[in-house]
Amino acid sequence: MSGRLTPSAKAALVIGGSVLGATVLLALLAPWIAPHDPFLQNLDQRLAPPFWAEGSLSGHPLGTDQLGRDYLSRLLYGARISLLIGAVTVILSGMIGVGLGMAGGYAGGWLDDAVMIVVTCRLSIPLILVALTVVALTGTSLVVVMLTLGLLLWERFAVVARTTTMQVRHREFIEAARLCGASLPHILLREVLPNILPHLVVVMTLELAIAILLEAALSFLGLGVPPPLPSWGLMIAEARDQMFFMPWVITIPGVALFTLVLAINILGDGLRDLVAGGHAR
Amino acid sequence: MIRFILRRLVLAFAVFLIVVTVSFLLTRLSGDLAVSIAGPNATAEDVATVRARYGFDRPLPVQFAVWFGNLLHGDLGTSYLYREPVADLLAKRLPVTLTLGAVGLVLAVLVGVPLGIAAAVANGSVWDRLIGLVGLVGQAMPSFWLALLMMIWVGVYWQLLPISGLDDWQGYVMPGIVLAASSVPVLMRLTRAGMVEALASDYVRTARAKGLSWASVLLKHALRNAAMPVVTVAAVQFGFMLGGSVVIESIFALHGMGFLAWEAISKGDFAVVQAVVLLLATIFILLTLIADLLNALIDPRLRIA
Repeated sequence: MSGRLTPSAKAALVIGGSVLGATVLLALLAPWIAPHDPFLQNLDQRLAPPFWAEGSLSGHPLGTDQLGRDYLSRLLYGARISLLIGAVTVILSGMIGVGLGMAGGYAGGWLDDAVMIVVTCRLSIPLILVALTVVALTGTSLVVVMLTLGLLLWERFAVVARTTTMQVRHREFIEAARLCGASLPHILLREVLPNILPHLVVVMTLELAIAILLEAALSFLGLGVPPPLPSWGLMIAEARDQMFFMPWVITIPGVALFTLVLAINILGDGLRDLVAGGHAR
Repeated sequence: MIRFILRRLVLAFAVFLIVVTVSFLLTRLSGDLAVSIAGPNATAEDVATVRARYGFDRPLPVQFAVWFGNLLHGDLGTSYLYREPVADLLAKRLPVTLTLGAVGLVLAVLVGVPLGIAAAVANGSVWDRLIGLVGLVGQAMPSFWLALLMMIWVGVYWQLLPISGLDDWQGYVMPGIVLAASSVPVLMRLTRAGMVEALASDYVRTARAKGLSWASVLLKHALRNAAMPVVTVAAVQFGFMLGGSVVIESIFALHGMGFLAWEAISKGDFAVVQAVVLLLATIFILLTLIADLLNALIDPRLRIA
């Protein structure tokens, strides 16, 4: 398959994959590589600028925040929160969406109509507004954010799983499995799912990026991850009062967020080309 | 055709009914509202009074029936924060949000569609990749962060535009750009895909062979065919922008519906939250319905579905 891949698709896979991989590695190793405790306040050293600006403190390469906490350490621990929420959200929403989509696509008829109505309902409901409301009413916490996003972000999984299931439903190997007396769960999980999986992986990258952006937006508005946890969105919100005098307080976490999401999207583009290339033959 | 319209109307109505139920349940199932309305210093008696006054002591189906009955009469309840009917509040705030959404949509179309056409014409070249990169950047840009960056540089350092409020039309420009930024990549990719397909088709080759000018073939023949899905998605994007106004209006302090919703959520004004969710969902349902009917009108092939 790789022989048919265009150079730009290859570059996308390599660049996107390595930036995402590096971020995952940094997040996993945060306790060992972070120079300071991300929660440790030091009111004598508040709002120290990063290394490239005048007056920076040694030992705080990216400066400190308004409570004197080390910015680099908070940034590294923040990657854990973004990735954790993104991953759990994608797993949860993937299970809901793929379940609904495969059921509708395989069964057809009224069940398919019902699935499409549910998907249309979900699309009609304003996403951010509902997420904010749920978090406001149930309390801000990591688990609430993951559950809320997971229960809201499944519609693309459902649509793609449904369409691709419909495409393989009448293929010979499904027919053969059915004639061999394979049970319905066996057909769906062992025959249909592996064949639609490449398309679902592409959706997965897309949803991972969206979940990370949404978590940051919710935390920015104060209805996501609660302080003192170092979510990138929350860091931007907490630094907002200082942003006109020291733009770096919002630039640093923003650039981290932007880079991670960009890398995931680039990886997703590369994967899409890979999947399309595999089917062209 | 009539069969298609009927089917589509029934679907829209079914979705509307479910959305009505969801927006009711949304605020009822998550915790005891009477406690949050009564406030942190309330006694058990106060909570009981609030519960009785808002009808929270009645069974849920009865509450729903009462609420739905009022809804059909255009009564969306009363905001306890503003002590004003929710319907009046919404009527006052909606124009700001609709204007903001319209500005965002117009900007997104003006940037996204030409970029998409350019990418399709330059298909496979360096320009195509560069435009694709612009799309990726737009897609990855957190809108609240873009808003803050623009406030710092465009607003304060360069003093080009006001950073908050709505004294005149200029107040709409920055929030409009931020809203448009997330929709540009979507419209761009769709336009590009449609144009690439159209440019490779037989009718474009025929039109070229007839000796028609390149511009005429591009805009009259190819774009017309590529435009249909773009219209549908533009309608959907407009709906998303109205929803996204919650974030943008709260950052730029624009007193539209998004700001109202944001205030209502943070202060537990559930009647307002419910109404905004319902209104936004209804607008979305109507937008997609109109787009589908328009498409069926233009393209007879779709009517069979």
